[in-house]
Parts: sequence; structure tokens; C-alpha cells
Amino acid sequence: MGRSERRFPLRLDVQRGAVDMTHGSGGRAMAQLVDELFKRHLDNDLLRQGNDQALFLPPPGRLVISTDGHVISPVFFPGGDIGCLSVHGTINDVAMAGARPLYLAAGFILEEGLPLADLARVVESMARAANAAGVPVVTGDTKVVERGKADGVFVTTTGVGVVPDGVTISGDLARPGDRILVSGSMGDHGVAVMSKRENLGFETEIESDTAALHGLVAAMVEAVPGIHCLRDPTRGGLATTLNELAQQSGVGMEIRESAIPVHPEVVAACELLGLDPLYVANEGKLVAICAPEDAEPLLRAMHSHPLGIGAAIIGEATEDPHQFVQMETGFGGQRIVDWLAGEQLPRIC
Amino acid sequence: MKYVDDFRDQSLARRLARALAAEAEQGREYRLMEFCGGHTHAIFRYGVQDLMPANVRFVHGPGCPVCVLPTARIDQAIALTESHGVTLCTYADLMRVPGGDRRSLLKAKAQGADVRMVYSTQDALALARANPGRRVVFFAIGFETTTPPTAVALRQARAEELANFSVFCNHVLTPPALRTILASDAPDAVSIDGILGPSHVSTVIGSRPYEFVPRDFAKPVVIAGFEPLDVMQSALMLVRQLNERRCEVENQYTRAVTPEGNRKAQALMDETFALRESFEWRGLGRLPCSALRIADTYSKLDAERRFPVGLGESREVKGCECPSILRGVKRPTDCKLFGTACTPENPMGSCMVSSEGACAAYWTYGRFRALQATEPGRAA
Amino acid sequence: MCLAIPAKVVAIDAAADQATVALGGVSKQVSLALVDDVAPGDYVLVHVGYALNTICPEEAERTLAIIAEAGAALEGSV
Repeated sequence: MGRSERRFPLRLDVQRGAVDMTHGSGGRAMAQLVDELFKRHLDNDLLRQGNDQALFLPPPGRLVISTDGHVISPVFFPGGDIGCLSVHGTINDVAMAGARPLYLAAGFILEEGLPLADLARVVESMARAANAAGVPVVTGDTKVVERGKADGVFVTTTGVGVVPDGVTISGDLARPGDRILVSGSMGDHGVAVMSKRENLGFETEIESDTAALHGLVAAMVEAVPGIHCLRDPTRGGLATTLNELAQQSGVGMEIRESAIPVHPEVVAACELLGLDPLYVANEGKLVAICAPEDAEPLLRAMHSHPLGIGAAIIGEATEDPHQFVQMETGFGGQRIVDWLAGEQLPRIC
Repeated sequence: MKYVDDFRDQSLARRLARALAAEAEQGREYRLMEFCGGHTHAIFRYGVQDLMPANVRFVHGPGCPVCVLPTARIDQAIALTESHGVTLCTYADLMRVPGGDRRSLLKAKAQGADVRMVYSTQDALALARANPGRRVVFFAIGFETTTPPTAVALRQARAEELANFSVFCNHVLTPPALRTILASDAPDAVSIDGILGPSHVSTVIGSRPYEFVPRDFAKPVVIAGFEPLDVMQSALMLVRQLNERRCEVENQYTRAVTPEGNRKAQALMDETFALRESFEWRGLGRLPCSALRIADTYSKLDAERRFPVGLGESREVKGCECPSILRGVKRPTDCKLFGTACTPENPMGSCMVSSEGACAAYWTYGRFRALQATEPGRAA
Repeated sequence: MCLAIPAKVVAIDAAADQATVALGGVSKQVSLALVDDVAPGDYVLVHVGYALNTICPEEAERTLAIIAEAGAALEGSV
């Protein structure tokens, strides 16, 4: 290729450059950003079609679609960043239908002044996560807003997937007597992120659990095709997810505090901040509900997958017109695990 | 976690439960008021009632500083940001508390007020240092536990001549509130047999300030730690005092509380604060000598003097039973608004605004009890 | 009221009047302005970023022993 054929005579200065308004204006600067940053890292056949949409033949079966906006602050946190998080988050939302995720679409809102080096780091992380998961980003969009109108970078991802025949997983299918399982320790993501918020000021080795769970889900569905419910306990934590499922299915729940896996560091950080680990976010864990006779086979399938090693049966669904999630406390008493009221804020008293 | 997990041990809890069951005399009711919201929270969060004999009952007290803050003070804080353009720093607990017109700091912030959440008074000082052009006001709230950190900040600000920092002081004192409840001669005054005394307040003021309780009111007090085993052991100590007709101040929380308290913290408070003649407590009314203002020698750091804003009327929602609940006269479920108009998402009364308020703790952790008790065939 | 939690002092910065405290794998800076004579290894009660008091280990042991004793005589009976 001759020199004259290069689209952009000067390469994007990723080391020292920053996003400016021209990167969102639809002109050459935007085209260069898309080429040298997004396409370069996220490269795949469908993205290379170069159109405003990706064209593909859907595989047979029922399709699911899900979308998720990511606005996390800070953008980089122990164990991940907004790039991989935006891939994992949407893959997980698709996978919670028991689906095999196929493709992702990504929309970026960039704040004027964002260092291109940070953006490159986010996009590279996204590409790594998408490659590792085998779920390519096949189309995307970029907008730039003036300084102060966003917080560095926001990413919205949309995913499509296909649900295998014979699998019907939905939040309204829990029945009294069903067993409730979690795939591992609760609250890691939220604590890792909080540890980096400037005013909370504590240090811990805990890293975000951000991970794509479709492999784990595939192993679970293969072992127990009749799983009733799957959901990833993200914002609002385990407590919120259980309350959502209880309400959707019209059941109560009875869980045991001593059975819920929580890292000691997460417990300690929550003690310091006056928070409850059951309300702290996860990004690589799931809650499963299945018939009682399926619980042990399901647990075995989870234990044999790297992302389910810490899985545990934590309780069961009950008949309860009030749809309470109740818990036997580690102390030996009984209490409700309620919906989160307001925001999970550090408490002094 | 040493000194934390040890005091949440289930097998030790069973032992205490057995001792309580054996020692609480049949045919007699023991009504024990836990003064602090910290106790209320622990009782509900760990399900301590399930381990207590039925005739030993906890009566929830007013010891939650967020709950007793009058709504007019929230309105004043919002007015500070709006009429004086100050940057208001506050602990997270206060953010969602609605003021008189149901506006909270969180809502004021959404409408443009400069409100910042801080974890420590040191964060507020740091904010003032970093922004010399802004007038930074720390919204100080809390009992004697939370007062010394404010005292340290006042002293530091004066030493550093931090001209853009000041404190909006709402610190209140526990003994006067306890006295008010015990002295109530209202016809509906609750009969309390004994008091679980403040835990972390007492680490600062010591156990001596409660000696008026056995002396003037003939009720036993046990200073009680906040972990669930502390609460149970303190209840047992009260049951024993009552059985033996003793009436004294005992200290269960000896690992952190001494009779004289933290002298260094007390000296700092004496230097930086002065007693207010009276102060309004939400639910209890105006109580004499029950709160602190900033000492005259620190007047430059007093936001109330620097940025005068009028103190409006505190308004309460009609039908709210918080005043009776705070005094232990009524239970949360006795209130018509409880769980209908008033929930933690949309608190009407003071006991619902903080997770340590009796109504919020009852709603969040314990509302299954009343419901299931009325449904035969269900395990309570 | 008044959330406070015991944490172990692991390092002291005398010049800044601060300590690093540790609690179950989490560490944090706290002010020592309200306490005297704190040494590494001590446990302090942490409240809103300040060490409020020192925990007395002997008293803690004594309290636990009393609790353990409370129901011991009734062991086996229900």
C-alpha cells in the first residue's frame, strides 16, 4: 500500500491526545478515532462490513435481547474497568435466560477531555473480554459531549443470544419448596469499587468479580435443563434480586445467613462503612432457583466450573402471601431481608 | 474480626438464652428500654428477640440522633446552601431525611445545592483547604460519640486559620433525653423496669453520668455494648438486678467504657462547645440543657452566627405516632401510618428516617412478626 | 447510634497524629487526636475516621468468660 493511500496522514496520538468535540462531529477526526481505536481493537468480520449496522443470519431458536448502560465511577477499579464490565454485564443479562450470547453492540458517550490513553485502555479491555467470551462487538456508535456533561466515558452495550430448545428460565417460575443457590461470594464488586472512591478511603485486596457467566450457565443448563430462575445480583445485591424473584413468582423465601458465602474482607469493609454485604453489587455471580430434586446435581455442575467453585445452596422458596424474604441470622434469630431503601450509603449511626 | 465475631457467637447466645429463660421469673414482665438506636438495630438485625423469653420485652428508646433532629434544622441547612451559597458537608445518614416541606438534602442537591457527603470531619477540612474560594460548612450531628471529632475539626480549623470553614452545630446530649423520658408524668407514660444504657456514647462520657437514674428514678441501668451478645448479657444483668431488687449503674461494656470516660475527648468538647439553654428534639419537644452550641471563643467557626438563617417551625405529619414511639409508649405497629403512608422509602416520621429508628428497624427486619402472629398455622 | 468498630493498630504516624488500622483484611487511616498512648497491636474503636477509645483485651476476655459461664450451669437442660 502506497503512502498516498493512507486515510489519515498523522496517526492518532493515543499517548498524549484527548477526546475533543471533533471526535463526535461525524468528520474525519471521528472516522480516524473509529478506525484507529475502536475497529483496531474490536476487529471482527461483522464489524469489518463497515456499515451502520451488522448483518447476520440468526441461528434457529428463540432469540433474546438485552441492553445495559454503564456509568461506573471510577472507570478503572481493582479487577476491571468499564470496558470489560460493559461486555460482562450484557453477556450475563442475556445468559440469565439460559441463552448462548451471540453478538454485542456498543454505544459510547465520551466526555470532552477524556485522555485517549484511557479510552484505548477501556476499548482494549472490552476487546479482550469479548474475545475471551467469544461474543464479538459487531456494531457501535460514538458521541462526544462537552466537558462536565458526562463522567469520562459511559458505555451502553446491547446483546443478542439464542435460547436452546427445552429451556425456559424466567423470574416468575419459582415455586414453594424450590431451592435457592448462589454461584459464589457476595459483594466483591461493590467493595472493590467503593475502596477506590476518594472519600471512603480504605484499602483492601478484594477485586471486582466481573466475569462473563454464559459458560457457567451453559454447564448448569446442560446438567439441569429445567432450572426455574436465573438472575445476576448486580445493583442492590443478593437481597434485591431475591426480593425481585419472590415478587415475580409470588412466593416467599427462607435463607440461612451462615450458608451465604461472603469474603471476610467484604464483611470487614461493610462493618466499617455500616453497610450490609447482602445489598452490595456483584458483577460475576448468579442466583439460581430449581426444583428440590435438581439442587444437588445443579450444585455439582456449578462446582465443576471455575466460576462456580464457591457455589452454595442458601435456602428455599416458601409459600407466603406477603412474599417476604426471611433469613435465619448467623446469631440464631430471624429477620426479613428487605428491598433496599434509597441508596446504599455509608452510615455513621 | 477480633472483638466483633466473638460477640456474635451463636453457641454463646444459646447459653445466654438458657440463663435468661431460667432467671426471668414466670408471671412477671420485664420491660427493658434500649436507649440507643444501635441497640435497636442489633436486636432486629440479629433477631435477638427470638432468643429472649417472651416476658422480657425490649422497649425502643429515642437514641438515634438522625431521628431526633427537628425538621426545621434540615430546612435551615438547605437554606444555608440556597441563601448563602455554601458548600454543605454532611454524613450520609442525613442525606435522605425530609425537612418540613418534605425536601431532603438529597433533593436539594438534585436541584443544584452544593451538598457533599463526607465520612469524617477530616474530609470536610480537606475540602475547605482545597477550595479556599468556597464557604464550606460542616453539618454536625450526633450524640457525645460523634461530638469529639467535630471538636477536633474546630480546633484544627482555628489553628490553621481556615477562614472558609465553619460548623452548623446540632450535637445533642443523651442524659437529658433519658431524664425527660423517665420524668414524664404524662398519663400514658410508659413503665420501664430498666435501661440498657448507651454504648459508644459512654466510651466518651463514662458510666458516671447515668447515676441519676437509680438515684432519682429507682431504675437499674446497664451500660451495654452494641453486639448482640452484649445486648443479651446486659438484659440478663438487668433481670438479675430486678430479681434481687438491686438498683444501680452496672457496666457490661467494660472493654471500652470506664466510669470516667475519655478525658481527652471531654476536654476537647469543653473547650470548643457550650451548653444551649434548650433545644428541640423531634418527638420529645424542647428540652433544657440538652444540646451544644459552638463556644464563644470559636464563634468565627459557628455557621449559625456567620450565615444567619431563620429557624422555622418544625412540622410533623398528622397521625404520626413518633412522639409516643420515641418515649416507648407505643409500638411502631400502633401507628396508622406505619407501613402505609410511612415506609423507609418515604418516611413521614422521625422513627422511619434512619435505619436505627424503631419504625425503620421494625419495618425492615421485623414486620413478619406481627403479620405471622395473626395467622394461625404459621411458624412465628 | 454511633457506629464504631474495633480495629487493630498496625502502624502509627506520630507526626500526622494518625494510625493505620486493620480489620479483617481491610486497612484504613484514622486520626489519633482523641486518644493517648496508643501502640501498634492495640485495638481501637473506630468512629467516623477517629480512634475513639482503646479496647481493653483483659476486660473483653473477662466479659466473654462471664457469658460462657452464664448458661454453663444449665448445659444440657433446655
